[in-house]
Amino acid sequence: MQITFPHMGNVHIPIKTLLQKLQLEAVPPPPITQKTLALGIKYAPEFACLPLKISIGNFIEALENGADTILMAGGWGPCRFGYYAQVERDILQDLGYQFKMIILEAPDSNVRELLNQVKAMGENVTLWETLKVVKYVWHQINAIDKLEKAYEYYLAHTSEKERADKIFGNGLAAIGNCCFKKDIDQVCSETIAGLENLPRHNQPVLKIGLVGEVYTVLEPACNFDIISFLGHMNAAVTRSIYLPDWINDHLFKGMIKKSNRAQVYRQASPYLNYWVGGHGRETVGCTVGFARSAFDGVIQVGPLTCMPEIVAQSVLHKVSEEESIPCMTLYFDEHSGSAGVYTRLEAFTDMLNRRVNTNLNIKQGGIN
Amino acid sequence: MKRVGIPRGLFYYYYYPLWKSFFTNLGAQVVTSAPTNRLTVEQGIQSTVDESCYPIKVYFGHIKQLCRESIDYLFIPRIVSVEKRSYICPKFMGIPDMVRARIDNLPPLIDTIIDFSRDDKLTNKEIIKAGKIFTNKTSLIRDAYQAAGKELQFCKTLTGQGHTMAEAISLWEGTSLPRLNSSSDLTVGLLGHGYSLYDQDISMNIIDRLRLMGCRVVLPEALDKQDIESRAATLPKRVFWTLGRKMVGSALYMAQRQEVDGIIYVACFGCGPDSMVGEIIERKIAGKPFMLITVDEHTGEAGLITRLEAFCDMLKRRRMANDADNFSPHG
Repeated sequence: MQITFPHMGNVHIPIKTLLQKLQLEAVPPPPITQKTLALGIKYAPEFACLPLKISIGNFIEALENGADTILMAGGWGPCRFGYYAQVERDILQDLGYQFKMIILEAPDSNVRELLNQVKAMGENVTLWETLKVVKYVWHQINAIDKLEKAYEYYLAHTSEKERADKIFGNGLAAIGNCCFKKDIDQVCSETIAGLENLPRHNQPVLKIGLVGEVYTVLEPACNFDIISFLGHMNAAVTRSIYLPDWINDHLFKGMIKKSNRAQVYRQASPYLNYWVGGHGRETVGCTVGFARSAFDGVIQVGPLTCMPEIVAQSVLHKVSEEESIPCMTLYFDEHSGSAGVYTRLEAFTDMLNRRVNTNLNIKQGGIN
Repeated sequence: MKRVGIPRGLFYYYYYPLWKSFFTNLGAQVVTSAPTNRLTVEQGIQSTVDESCYPIKVYFGHIKQLCRESIDYLFIPRIVSVEKRSYICPKFMGIPDMVRARIDNLPPLIDTIIDFSRDDKLTNKEIIKAGKIFTNKTSLIRDAYQAAGKELQFCKTLTGQGHTMAEAISLWEGTSLPRLNSSSDLTVGLLGHGYSLYDQDISMNIIDRLRLMGCRVVLPEALDKQDIESRAATLPKRVFWTLGRKMVGSALYMAQRQEVDGIIYVACFGCGPDSMVGEIIERKIAGKPFMLITVDEHTGEAGLITRLEAFCDMLKRRRMANDADNFSPHG
């Protein structure tokens, strides 16, 4: 059994580890390229959202590389993601591929159900071993998370951006190759130290919050690598969604660690008072949170026609007005020209820089 | 007498008789907006984000119109779910918040939460809460709601006889329907969300156009609920959108019926569930002619008419040719 799965940011590292530790053969799809997207566009429904298109491309490329089993997540709506696996199976079968599809449905309440689903894949491991593997992978996920956060911070502050990119990339690869928790910890602290020791510039650094739909936030190929691009322009990005929180909230129902979701929901009120599926409520709540913790601006990202994000976008201008924080919305779809997106990001950061300067001047009495 | 405004959009086309009777039973006067026209559309487009789907934009236009009338309350329900473990669409769940954020000088909203996804406790509470605006007697509110349910049932019998929900509402209100002179030699299954099909502006009057072209139009509302559900249950995973499941079930049912010559699906540009459901239907009903029409705010009718004519011509020819050398169902 050669298992493949869709890409989403750096998720491929822990999933690959998970499968290998369950004594299964993992065939991660090749990195997302223009070809991946082209395949997805060709075979996916035209009005489907971008993550569906990219993951179809992922699957086709992985199946061509010899994968025979697809691991995919499910869900029970109202967001479209819950029906992805069904549509993808039909499309790939109609294309003539032979494969088995394993769909992990987020359990209603029971964590053991999820563990059993994971165990069902690994044929030769006991439930106890599965639990140990899951714990190890959780450790790995948290390490990757620490690296990402450090990268987002130091990239904006250093004057040697390329070196930061390289240190981060090497750190990620090294974590994927580790076998023990203490190795992971060592790689993690070394990489962070490396980023920390990079020379600093003395330009002002903007603080930007990135909110929106989870796939678009996490997957650089989907958002034109927005975090790194902003980092290169001396803007430090903080996201509304990090992988461990997402797993904790959605797969384990907040049982692993304390979740801040209740607070996010409180902040979303009175702008958005009900859940709207996907991450709509988180988008609004986190924007308010960013505004109140003195961020300079917020960028909302999502795939075109994403329903929860449209609801959030509809109320975001009110949030922007009342919490006094500049917000911008970027939707991504099949278009592949990066210049348009980068121009808008440049204009946005320029605007934020001026705003910061003006506010500073007002405070110092320079401008009346 | 308190005046309650109900916008003529979205679930108006499924639940208006229920809502209207409920409020009038409680002694309120119900006001609706005029049928969708260019002004409605323009005002709707102005007050929504570009990415919203067309029916949402139209709905906002209706709200704008009602805001100009002297009404005491505006009824904008938050329709999360109308049956267990199924949803409508995220936008429906956020609509009162979207309206509050995007339209100024609103009358007080009655934003009743309708959520049957787990049980009916919350919704029952919400109905009482809405009724409390007009009377303090809980029993009176319950009676009003039950009597209103009967009115809705009456309209559903009318749709069972082949009327559209818009026609059923007119009949229920005592207006007679204009007679269309048409002979029907084709039978076309027409699928789509009620709020786009029955709004003559959104669907560009597709139902009457088909009737005038000599088609008997079969709508999902005319089918037996059991037939729809049993066909929809053949999919490996339950479709968790109420309307989506209705469409899939209806399409699969119609695909098996000899008398249905072809199926047309009216989807809205940017509709999330439609993008998935349309794809599933297209793949599952191989053998039956199928056409997907996407509507949005464009106003050119010629494109639609040409496509309908071509589709009907194709159906007629296909019928003339004997089964042995059938025309390709994909035209």
